[in-house]
Amino acid sequence: MRTSMTRRAFLKGSLAAAGLTIGVSVTPFGHRLLNASEIDSFSPNVFFKITPDNKVAIFVGNSEMGQGVLTAFAMIIAEELEADWSRVRVKQAPAADAFKNPIIGGQVTVASASVRGFYEALRKAGAAGRAMLIKAAAETWKVPEDECKALMGTVKQEKSGRTLTYGQLCLKAAKLQVPENPPLKSENEFRYMGKPMPRVDVPEKVAGTAVYGLDVTVKDLHYAVIARPPAYGAKPLSYDEKGAEQIKGVQKVIPVPMGIAVCAKSIDAALKGRDALKVKWDKGVLPDMDNDYIEKSMSEDLNKPMVSVVNTGDAKKAISEAAKKIEATYFVPFVAHTTMEPMNCTAYVRDDGCDVWAPTQAQTGAQMLASKASGLPGEKVHVQTTFMGCGLGRRAKPDFVVEAVTISKAVGKPVKVMWTREEDIKYDYFRAAGSHRIEAGLDAQGQLIGWSHKLVSPSIAKEINPGQLKDGIDWFCMWGLADRPESYGWNNRIQYEIPNLSIEFLMSSLPIPCGVWRSVQNGPNAFVIECFIDELAHAAGKDPLEFRLQNLKNNMRARRVLEVVAEKAGWGKAIPKGEGRGIAQHACFGSYVAQVAEISVNKKDGTIKVHRVVAAVDCGPVVNPDPLVAQIEGGIINSLSTALKEEVKFANGGVKSANFDDYNVMRMSEVPEIQVHIVKSNEKIGGIGEVGVPPAAPAVANAFFNATGVRIRRLPLSPKTVTEAIKKV
Amino acid sequence: MISLHVNGKVFQVDVSNDTPLLWVLRDNLNLKGTKYSCGIGECGSCTVHVDGKAVRSCTISVGEVQRKKITTIEGLPENHPVKKAWVKEQVVQCGYCQPGVIMQVTALLSQRPALDADQIITKMDDVICRCGTYPRIKRGIKTAIQMTRKEVKKS
Repeated sequence: MRTSMTRRAFLKGSLAAAGLTIGVSVTPFGHRLLNASEIDSFSPNVFFKITPDNKVAIFVGNSEMGQGVLTAFAMIIAEELEADWSRVRVKQAPAADAFKNPIIGGQVTVASASVRGFYEALRKAGAAGRAMLIKAAAETWKVPEDECKALMGTVKQEKSGRTLTYGQLCLKAAKLQVPENPPLKSENEFRYMGKPMPRVDVPEKVAGTAVYGLDVTVKDLHYAVIARPPAYGAKPLSYDEKGAEQIKGVQKVIPVPMGIAVCAKSIDAALKGRDALKVKWDKGVLPDMDNDYIEKSMSEDLNKPMVSVVNTGDAKKAISEAAKKIEATYFVPFVAHTTMEPMNCTAYVRDDGCDVWAPTQAQTGAQMLASKASGLPGEKVHVQTTFMGCGLGRRAKPDFVVEAVTISKAVGKPVKVMWTREEDIKYDYFRAAGSHRIEAGLDAQGQLIGWSHKLVSPSIAKEINPGQLKDGIDWFCMWGLADRPESYGWNNRIQYEIPNLSIEFLMSSLPIPCGVWRSVQNGPNAFVIECFIDELAHAAGKDPLEFRLQNLKNNMRARRVLEVVAEKAGWGKAIPKGEGRGIAQHACFGSYVAQVAEISVNKKDGTIKVHRVVAAVDCGPVVNPDPLVAQIEGGIINSLSTALKEEVKFANGGVKSANFDDYNVMRMSEVPEIQVHIVKSNEKIGGIGEVGVPPAAPAVANAFFNATGVRIRRLPLSPKTVTEAIKKV
Repeated sequence: MISLHVNGKVFQVDVSNDTPLLWVLRDNLNLKGTKYSCGIGECGSCTVHVDGKAVRSCTISVGEVQRKKITTIEGLPENHPVKKAWVKEQVVQCGYCQPGVIMQVTALLSQRPALDADQIITKMDDVICRCGTYPRIKRGIKTAIQMTRKEVKKS
């Protein structure tokens, strides 16, 4: 069971009732564990609480988007606490300091960082609870602690066979000091972690009772939709306010920074009111912009002076002296998130406070922006996370929260802002397009000795996190190619051992807003790197797997996933005529993934059929293996969708794509058989939510080359692109 | 006043004839399990049954479904083989599209003559899941068919 709650209910449920509470304070060095007496009763900084009714409530601040974070966090705490799973309840916590991710610095569910950011803190919190309960039992029985053992929600004295439940012990345990470094379980003692546990959010989602952002109901709820500019930067010239207000149910027309809002008693009335506005707009900042304009502009930018991001050795010299020199240009287009639940938010601004119910991945940002928009101090803004119909990174941008708060403040009513699908696509913060030019040199043995990489892309950080923007470098745009030294643990870098490496970047000035899209630029950048590596293997006359291994001599984790996937997929074995097989690997967010794709091509109509994708994953310790496999499957399907179908269309300075009829995403009959192999590993825990994405698209493009001998250097590999490429040969 | 027959009950709602059924189900009848996603009948998240057939509630008006039997995800019994199979196979991720997916599958399962799993799977292309649960939807369909067969045997 998982329940949402108000701040008041949260405080009542988690703190006011007596019991063993393990809270936390966030310090620059991570989480410090606290007991109930140390917790500020106004800030719900609580990881879990055991109450005399023998129940364990676990509070999760991260957003559940289907990746299984509620279950994973509960498993980690329950494991170390040695709790009885049937007595565990998981609750979505509101925005609060305790839930700030120590490796990111905010309460935000991004960068596959939930489990990898909280793993140690949650284990420690659970283990501290277990140690306190054991101590409480030992004191009750007046026996040494080492005679007492925690067992499935009880403490047992082996000698006498006496037991006390956690419920019976919790009040006494609550008075004890929280140990700073409680002993953690060893892997062979695990009862939950590493075993496939059913996800706690599944039953209510199947029943249809799960509450998503759009499902939030509040008394006297009003609905708002916004008329938005058709072109970037366009301003309204005129609109028919009276016409809109004449629609039955329409309450008010409100000009807002993002357009003109219509607030009504029902969604239907709000939508009809918006139609009646008949807004006339000016042409915006770049009325000529369409897809050709974008591609031309970004490709011309490749010739301009750039900012150096990485410069090891002397790439220029190495390449000029190389036995073989290869160069290529690639283009990866803008793609949209199209989360199944369009953007929305419900807010109620009053004089004394502001409530926000949001399907958001970014609670800290939502709270800050709601505070700014409402004019109320942060502590008066309560943000409750709802379930969300996909995140994919789109919900890391809390723009919809600002809208709901702004309109609620203007009308003095609780307001739900709803985006239609058309708005959701047209006003998305897209996965940034990238224009790439690469040159590389091989020595006589086919060893990679130099790589020079130029990338042009619009900024992502500008809209998402300006902290990632430094000295002309947008680090989000670089992920997959390069990362900042302080993020080397995340490993969002090119993995190949290249003695002379130059990576340069230039920010495109196109006015297209970009955001983070599952795996951020690891996806598009890995497409380019892994296709180009395939080109180099071909130039060196080597097998693509052999060439990769040859240039990853000391990278044991990358080698291992490649070797496992090759073995499982039967790499090197004959495949039917007309079919192709491709391989790719990528490391990001602390994990390593390699994939093999098998495809066939219909040369007449240009369609590619993907038959099978095999994946090998090394993410360090595994918490819940079944949702882990599901995340890799989903990542692969998202990636195949971008490989074969997705590209945002632009026209007249704005977005032309509007809905699922002209923005195509993967459908069921197009999905291949997917096999996921988890490579057992004792390395530091890595991310899972996004890491399945990067290798799939290049594996397909490499399989296409294998099948046809034709290299396509542009996504998507749509029937049109494929037919044209085959014709050219 | 519009009269609607939903999940075995009759409701009177004060909306205009041309209001999409989806908004009335969600906001007038508080049946929030049926989801809005595209509004043009392209994605299937809003699928309900009208006289036993899968219909997109975003593109059909309440005026068109008066006197017809409407079933939503809430009206499907908890022990329905598809719901049970969906839990057993842990099909859902974000879950937003799944009420629509489940309603589509249940309508196909009740077709006569009966369709086999592969035939049902070929009729699922008009339902979009962005999380990529498709492989598990396929597994769910197969399991639901097995469960249905077992129930028929028992009875």
